[in-house]
Amino acid sequence: MLRRLKFVGALGVMLLLALMVCAEQRFPPPDFENGYRLPSASTPAARQLWLQYADAGVLLAALGISVWLIYKKRSRRGLFWLSLFSLAYFGFYRKGCICPIGSPQNIVYGLFNPDYVVPATVLVFCFAPLVVALFAGRAFCAGVCPQGALQDLVLIKPVAVPLWLEQALSVIPYLFLGAGLIYAGTGTGFVICRYDPFVPFFRLSGGVFILTAGAAFLMAGMFVGRPYCRFLCPYGGLLRLASLVSKWRVRVTPDFCTQCRLCEQSCPFGAMREPAPSGTNPKWLWAERKRLGWLLALLPVLVAAGMWAGSKLSPAAAQLHPAVALAERYTRQQSHPVQYGLMTPESLSLQRAAEDPKAVLTAAADLRHRFDLACWLFGGWIGLVIGLKLVALSVRPGRTDFEPDRGACLACARCFAACPNERVRLGLMPAAGDPAPS
Amino acid sequence: MDAKPPVNGSVTRRQFLRNGARLMTMTGLGVAAGALATRSTGAAWVWQIDPAKCLRCGNCATQCVLEQSAVKCVHAYAVCGYCQLCTGFFWPEPNELTTAAENQLCPTAAIKRTYVEDPYYQYSIDEQLCIGCAKCVEGCNRFGNGSLFLQIRHDRCLNCNECAIARTCPGEAFRRVPVEHPYLLKTTSR
Repeated sequence: MLRRLKFVGALGVMLLLALMVCAEQRFPPPDFENGYRLPSASTPAARQLWLQYADAGVLLAALGISVWLIYKKRSRRGLFWLSLFSLAYFGFYRKGCICPIGSPQNIVYGLFNPDYVVPATVLVFCFAPLVVALFAGRAFCAGVCPQGALQDLVLIKPVAVPLWLEQALSVIPYLFLGAGLIYAGTGTGFVICRYDPFVPFFRLSGGVFILTAGAAFLMAGMFVGRPYCRFLCPYGGLLRLASLVSKWRVRVTPDFCTQCRLCEQSCPFGAMREPAPSGTNPKWLWAERKRLGWLLALLPVLVAAGMWAGSKLSPAAAQLHPAVALAERYTRQQSHPVQYGLMTPESLSLQRAAEDPKAVLTAAADLRHRFDLACWLFGGWIGLVIGLKLVALSVRPGRTDFEPDRGACLACARCFAACPNERVRLGLMPAAGDPAPS
Repeated sequence: MDAKPPVNGSVTRRQFLRNGARLMTMTGLGVAAGALATRSTGAAWVWQIDPAKCLRCGNCATQCVLEQSAVKCVHAYAVCGYCQLCTGFFWPEPNELTTAAENQLCPTAAIKRTYVEDPYYQYSIDEQLCIGCAKCVEGCNRFGNGSLFLQIRHDRCLNCNECAIARTCPGEAFRRVPVEHPYLLKTTSR
């Protein structure tokens, strides 16, 4: 402590001296007489560009293999090994960056900040899994995502989440996505990456909070299948939307459904859905249609309410931006000065603000305007998501068989083995018409 | 039981809507990707510290996601004055100008002081020991030529999508630079 004070005192004295010395190079570089040669600073190169393209190539190949394993081979074992590979490559070798989960933020940041050009690899990481999902469902979640693979590994005793809770919690990814995108668009930072609970495991280092969160997710994941994927992952939310309209879909049975209900309990992720009840009571039908009508009418009301509520959030949301936070601290410092330690980040940033307060304050005001618009949109987005969820819940399902829900299905291929027709296909069981083996 | 969907209006309408939505999404993604790709000039970005903006607060040593920070001190020898009393190496008012531990500013003794010729000494950084705390950088910049400065070492940096140090940097000194020129080195006097 004493040493610190002494240091500070000496700093002050020498600063005065230093100011008197000319501001340019204070001590001219010497002319050496003994032939001394100046060493040069080493500059180790960043990761080679072709390696980044190789990452994108590995992603595309893994996506292709995943689709092939789901639809052609119908192999859970194959998908398991693929996900282990992805965990090793994208997780522990590439340390989780860049991954598709965070990449939408780069896209939005690139769209709103002309200084940042989105690299081609990031475009591939963001769009390739989405395009695959548009045709073949969530093949990325099944075998390519390292975060998903890690959670899949720890799943030992799946417990069914009640359907109402499952449906309610499945709204959260869109809220997280919305928040991540407004913070990326305003240049605040990449919140989705910041709160990714598994990347610290891949790096084998991280803060206390995020490591605890990761451990909690893994512990919950022993009983609730892939909790991050289902209830938080913003990219999973995008893939869910894409696979709702996918060209092909995962079906439990390879050929036809016998309605044997054996697959009912086979999904650890709560994606299995019963067939729609056949034969409708016209009285209920009328009530259902009326409810749907009301919910459709409610949709714009929810969006408007969300926009209003979102605009109220703006001042609080803006505080997460470092420039806005600095401006606020600077203004507070004018009225209620707080003594910060010398050479701490707080005092240094305040000194910087004091050099040109006007620039800091105008930058903050500018950012606050951006946040007003962003939060207004965010609120509308929340209203839209909740409204559409309600509408989707009240639309009559067109299912005739036991089928995984298009959006919720992670395409893990676990349910295939539960289907007797699949066992017949694999030759593990005689077909119904065949004579029993003697 | 027949698993084939019955041919009635509801199913085909859904299929139609689905195809339409897929087509629209594909178009949207195509437009977005195209718009972003046409602007694309730089191939990739990496993080780097602008030495002119660095405030030497010490966050670099503690905020990096790596246990030992990817930020290290770098020495621009051409800028250095080769001082006998190096304010980046010695505490202010050192007992004597020797490499004894009590005289050194660096908490890990990562700076090597070697005699060149009277009265000049060369100071070089042992990167294995350097923790990026910026104590020497502060001393050198405040009283000396400022030849010591912090840089992200790209053999260590994971190039996180969101740099954990950047978001707490009080000087906003971190920025993304093109991967072809990944260092912002000091070359002449500041």
